[in-house]
Amino acid sequence: MNALSLSEVTVDLGPRRILERINLVVTPGSFTCLLGPSGCGKTTLLRAIAGFTPLSSGDIRLGERSITELPPEKRHTAMVFQSYALWPHMNVGDNLAYPLKLRGIPKDERTQRVATMLERLALGGFEHRSVTQLSGGQRQRIALGRALIIDPPLLLLDEPLSNLDASIRRSLRGELRQLQKSLGLTTVMVTHDQEEALQMADQIVLMREGHIVQVAPPASLYQQPADLEAARFLGVDNTVACSPQDPSALAGAKTLGFRTREARVDVAPSVNALVRRGQVTECVYTGDGYQIGVTANDQTLFATARTPVEAGRFVTLQVPESALIPFGPDHRYMPSLNAQEHTA
Amino acid sequence: MTPSRLLTPLGLGLLLGLIAFIVFGPLLNLALWAFAEQWFYPHTLPTVWGFDFWARVFRPRAGAWSSLTNTLIVALSAVALSMALAVPAGYALARLPLPGRHAIMLLFLLPQAFPNLPIFVNIAAIFHQLGLTGTLIGVVLVHALPGLVYAVWIATAAFAAADRNLEEAARNLGATPLRTFVDVTLPQALPGLLAAAIFVFLDSVDEFTGTFFVGAPEITTLPLLMFNASMGGNYQVAAITSLILLIPSIGFMLVIERFLKADVLSRIGR
Ligand SMILES: Nc1ncnc2c1ncn2[C@@H]1O[C@H](COP(=O)(O)OP(=O)(O)OP(=O)(O)O)[C@@H](O)[C@H]1O
Ligand SMILES: [Mg+2]
Repeated sequence: MNALSLSEVTVDLGPRRILERINLVVTPGSFTCLLGPSGCGKTTLLRAIAGFTPLSSGDIRLGERSITELPPEKRHTAMVFQSYALWPHMNVGDNLAYPLKLRGIPKDERTQRVATMLERLALGGFEHRSVTQLSGGQRQRIALGRALIIDPPLLLLDEPLSNLDASIRRSLRGELRQLQKSLGLTTVMVTHDQEEALQMADQIVLMREGHIVQVAPPASLYQQPADLEAARFLGVDNTVACSPQDPSALAGAKTLGFRTREARVDVAPSVNALVRRGQVTECVYTGDGYQIGVTANDQTLFATARTPVEAGRFVTLQVPESALIPFGPDHRYMPSLNAQEHTA
Repeated sequence: MTPSRLLTPLGLGLLLGLIAFIVFGPLLNLALWAFAEQWFYPHTLPTVWGFDFWARVFRPRAGAWSSLTNTLIVALSAVALSMALAVPAGYALARLPLPGRHAIMLLFLLPQAFPNLPIFVNIAAIFHQLGLTGTLIGVVLVHALPGLVYAVWIATAAFAAADRNLEEAARNLGATPLRTFVDVTLPQALPGLLAAAIFVFLDSVDEFTGTFFVGAPEITTLPLLMFNASMGGNYQVAAITSLILLIPSIGFMLVIERFLKADVLSRIGR
């Protein structure tokens, strides 16, 4: 049985079609990330699941039950908003207790469960604080706690970490994932940060302009993006037209993509590698090495080097075959080649 | 300190003093009149002081007490009536898409564009046919009318400023629409709604024209009492009445201040 399944979900807001025939299955206890560029409809999809955006057509099921026609309060999903949406006229304790109050849980038990939840969020004793006086990270935790306190069958997170600075974000990623695993919570999280999605998800849903482009586990999404555009979004920042002597040319690939950190300018030549000769135009320090801009055949490619290379020098850029991502004439990933790679 | 740095606080002090004089000067005069028993032209200060006129005003048959109660009853009823209409109307208007909202709000302001004397005369004529002239209900209605316009405006602004995400969070966690309105939307809009209530109340307390046409002579409020006293050249009675008029206003503000913590009040301006 699936925890959540969407079939042919279509959403129009005003005259515009925002989501077009979305099909998606989420297994119980899994962590799904909706990933895509700004404006592609991630928030809209999450809001459709929570019941805030009506469907033009299609069906949403939670377990066996269709929730398409239910109002938000009957769906039992728990959503954490990007702005956290903590109620400023209630203190921390009252914010957490409100969902319990709505469920008619007596006061003593409410107090006790709120205390337990705060303890779990590492915010013990914060009951009487005003939510307006919390830091961003603390607010984020309270918002998460308010959603978790009802033991929801489905947790929906809309960019829960995007308002936080980089270091808190990194540590909260781990904490959030840990909590999700230990509670066995089925979770759908929106993000436009590919690193976040790759680190946290069991399954990534890559979206573009209201469509689903690809649904895959992080590793296969990273190594086999569905098409050129998806690849670019996933950090494949170099593409070259395939020439006859290149490794994948035989299989019919028209374009080869690779990531900057897979391309080297300072290694010994090898067979079965993509090779381009060119002139260095720039050299930028990146922390764990140097990023080298190389102009080859009127095209700028990027590679990495351990030591700086001065501009103007001619170098040979090399990418091992295993790091090349082949695309066919239609700009789509070429799966047949992938099979060859594995047998080779 | 340089002279210019000294001059700035000095100039500021003088300016504040001037403003204080313009604002409080007439009030001071009023206070003097309230305790003057004799004050004739060339004298700068009253010649005889005392509480004689206070006793006269508060004689059971002088009408001050009944005007005060009338004023309070009318003002509180006008607040209740206009808020009872303004809260749902403001909420509905705030949830309309912008163009529709603007059109309706402008339409709402239209009566305010006319001079209000002919409007009150016409209302009085209509109320007369309905048998509402000379009744408390008639006066309440005529007070609630101008107040309602502002109350709806302020309430609409207050509801429009309320964060929709907060409501959605409540719905998402299991609150029905009504419960959400009471527990989340209303507290959000409360400062604005209270501001509207204060506005209607203060407006009603010193409303004169409408009361004159619809209420007089059966219903006398403090402004009418004051008007009668002033027209009769009795400045002492007029001054005392206006001091009494301060009581409900200040009392109401104290009540509001009690209910609103400073941080809520400060949000009105936001
Ligand atoms: N209420 C609305 N009415 C009309 N169009 C809307 C509405 N809300 C969003 N849209 C449009 O729907 C599209 C998808 O919006 P959505 O908020 O789902 O994007 P997103 O993927 O969450 O983007 P981001 O990463 O920036 O949050 C956008 O083009 C947006 O302009
Ligand atoms: Mg979004």
